[in-house]
Amino acid sequence: MSVKLLLAKAHVEGIRGFDVYRREGGYQSVEKALKQMNPESIVEEVKKSGLRGRGGAGFPAGMKWSFIAKPEGVPRHLVCNADESEPGTFKDRYLMEFIPHLLIEGLIVSSFALGSNDTYIYIRGEYAWIVDILEEAINEAKANGFLGKNILGTGFDCEIHVQRGAGAYICGEETALIESLEGKRGNPRIKPPFPAIQGVWQRPTVVNNVETLAAVVPIINMGGEEYAKIGVGRSTGTKLISACGNINKPGVYEIDMTISVEEFIYSDEYCGGIANGKKLKACIPGGSSVPILPANLLLKTAKGETRYMNYESLSDGGFATGSMMGSGGFIVLDEDQCIVRNTLSLARFYRHESCGQCSPCREGTGWMEKILHNIEYGKGKISDIDLLWDIQRKIEGNTICPLGDAAAWPVAAAIRHFRDEFEWHVNNPLEAQEKNYGLAHYADPIHVPVTA
Amino acid sequence: MSEQQLFKVTIDNITIEVPAGTTILNAARQIGGDVTPPAMCYYSKLEGSGGKCRTCLVEVSKGSEKDPRPMPKLVASCRTTVMDGMEVKNITSEKVGDARAGVVEFLLLNHPLDCPICDQAGECHLQDLSYDHGKEGTRYEFERRTFKKHDLGPYIQLHMTRCILCYRCVYTADQLSKQRSHGVLDRGDHAQIATFIEKSLDNEFIGNVIDVCPVGALTDKTFRFKNRVWFLKPMDAHRDCPTCSGKVTLWNRGDEVYRVTARKDKWGEVEDWICNTCRFETKNTNDWVIEGPRAIDRHSVIAQGHYQGSVGMHKPTETFAAVNGGRAPHLLMDIHSVSEVNKDSSL
Repeated sequence: MSVKLLLAKAHVEGIRGFDVYRREGGYQSVEKALKQMNPESIVEEVKKSGLRGRGGAGFPAGMKWSFIAKPEGVPRHLVCNADESEPGTFKDRYLMEFIPHLLIEGLIVSSFALGSNDTYIYIRGEYAWIVDILEEAINEAKANGFLGKNILGTGFDCEIHVQRGAGAYICGEETALIESLEGKRGNPRIKPPFPAIQGVWQRPTVVNNVETLAAVVPIINMGGEEYAKIGVGRSTGTKLISACGNINKPGVYEIDMTISVEEFIYSDEYCGGIANGKKLKACIPGGSSVPILPANLLLKTAKGETRYMNYESLSDGGFATGSMMGSGGFIVLDEDQCIVRNTLSLARFYRHESCGQCSPCREGTGWMEKILHNIEYGKGKISDIDLLWDIQRKIEGNTICPLGDAAAWPVAAAIRHFRDEFEWHVNNPLEAQEKNYGLAHYADPIHVPVTA
Repeated sequence: MSEQQLFKVTIDNITIEVPAGTTILNAARQIGGDVTPPAMCYYSKLEGSGGKCRTCLVEVSKGSEKDPRPMPKLVASCRTTVMDGMEVKNITSEKVGDARAGVVEFLLLNHPLDCPICDQAGECHLQDLSYDHGKEGTRYEFERRTFKKHDLGPYIQLHMTRCILCYRCVYTADQLSKQRSHGVLDRGDHAQIATFIEKSLDNEFIGNVIDVCPVGALTDKTFRFKNRVWFLKPMDAHRDCPTCSGKVTLWNRGDEVYRVTARKDKWGEVEDWICNTCRFETKNTNDWVIEGPRAIDRHSVIAQGHYQGSVGMHKPTETFAAVNGGRAPHLLMDIHSVSEVNKDSSL
């Protein structure tokens, strides 16, 4: 049984309300932080905890906080990124829906640490009902003196505003989110300047994921060093994983990053194995943008070692044989799934969500989708596979924001690991309309060269 | 401390000193020549422009004297400022050439390539760009995207299929007019320049969007299909205009003014914004004081005509005697006025 820090109390009856949350030990971190600590020491605790951004990039949160500029007389802002739109990721939704006060508590402590008197939650438009839940929680916190003017008599003022997005994936990118929050078209900004220097309304801003900000609560309660003892290496603390796809028990799980991928998929505590007695074919371990891995490379690294559910182990082998922790959207594909079709769905998504600002992403995503559509529907050519590879290579790294990379990586990984399935589609166009390539050799043990 | 700090930057092995805060692109423009990266969306006169088209990507092989690490990705030179001791590779970098060819291919992917009927042909930055950096063919085998036609009023013709979404016209309207009434609708590859509800653009400076447009997406309706630009003679001219500077380039054929544009510098950027009255309504030679031929310093088809070199205000010298062994030309017909041509000379 692993440690649970965020969701331990998520199923206590009435935890959504302030009274039960408070009775269960809620808002202690606010009392501790505002009365016994100063902003610098909070940032120091978060640095010590080794907490990494839970939104996808995994950048150390304490480090990000320490970059914020502090010019005299200019307000600073904390923005909570609740625009959770990555296909396969639904952990923030769960957290905000079941235990909203945890996020509000984390936001108050973080706002104090960063000196933000006006803090924003930017939430995706589709989460309309969660806006009501959050606003209810904010009102309760305010009625009990944890928000508003002079919180707990410490002289610190803080308001939290909830802003709904209008349904664009790109607004989860922090600078596009800032533009959208300002009421403009959600186009990513060109960096530098970074938000820590010029963010919302040109003021210093920190944008953090929901889970990152919620994790500040246990960090303050238990101390950064204690938090860092959970997990392994630079993957400290607990991580929410939203598991979906062909598994017996899809859902949101809190893991402490010491368990293996195999255990996560097959143990009854977590996913409970592949549904309908099928076999595992492939998995996208960190949300739709990260590289897909075939079963053999998912469970074992190229060196033949067991792969674990943490930042380092999932990315072991780089993009050649590894993937990424990403946002924790764990998508499992069984032997009946078609990789070409899966890649086409993702390509269609990225084409639809590209903001259209910079040329490689605007034009390249549409091109990739059309080619994949041809291959999937039996009109592909062998040369199309190399063409796809070349297109993704020319998008990756050449765009303003990471959406270009996010569109390129799934295509690249699918071709890298499943090239023979693409070739089978091209060479057997009629057969490919009726049946799938199946598991093939994708779960076979990998030959590990023995070094002398 | 009024003296400005100078940074040393090396671009393609050429070192130059520029004030701190200069972008790589502007430093390269000071060097000039092939070292300068092409720019399709950046416009020095428009605040906030640049970074979008990705044609000006360069490789930074050394970040600065203090931090010599190379930058991990190619950077947009128009939006990246130089650091002291920075080393940049443009045409000497294989990665840049590859990426740029990719960007050209992407830009041309949905471009209709209707140059034969496009008024911009001959002064089109996309033509120059693809000529310099593109491949001879495309690998795109699908139907190109089209848009619903959008009428922008009596002066400006919008061809959305040609647009490369550089956003220059959006910035122009933001920065020159009180209220912008057009913008980018939708997103991704179906994003388009349009007014939200069909509406003509009528701000008195809105005609400048035609000049900033790098392609033929926004063209002059009063010049539509009138002539090819390379048949026209660009002349600097001015007039006393109550609204704008009145400094323009007239594009003449014979004595007739075919169109009026702002004067553009060697990077294709407008020197002085001009008003709609000068641009669209003032097409009589009499309205203008002609200063002389305009040197078009761009590697476009116009420059390849008769305006190469230092034409400027110099009158061509008489060379007949020099090539004819000192003999003056034999006078066949002594014409003093045009109307005399049709007269019977035997009378």
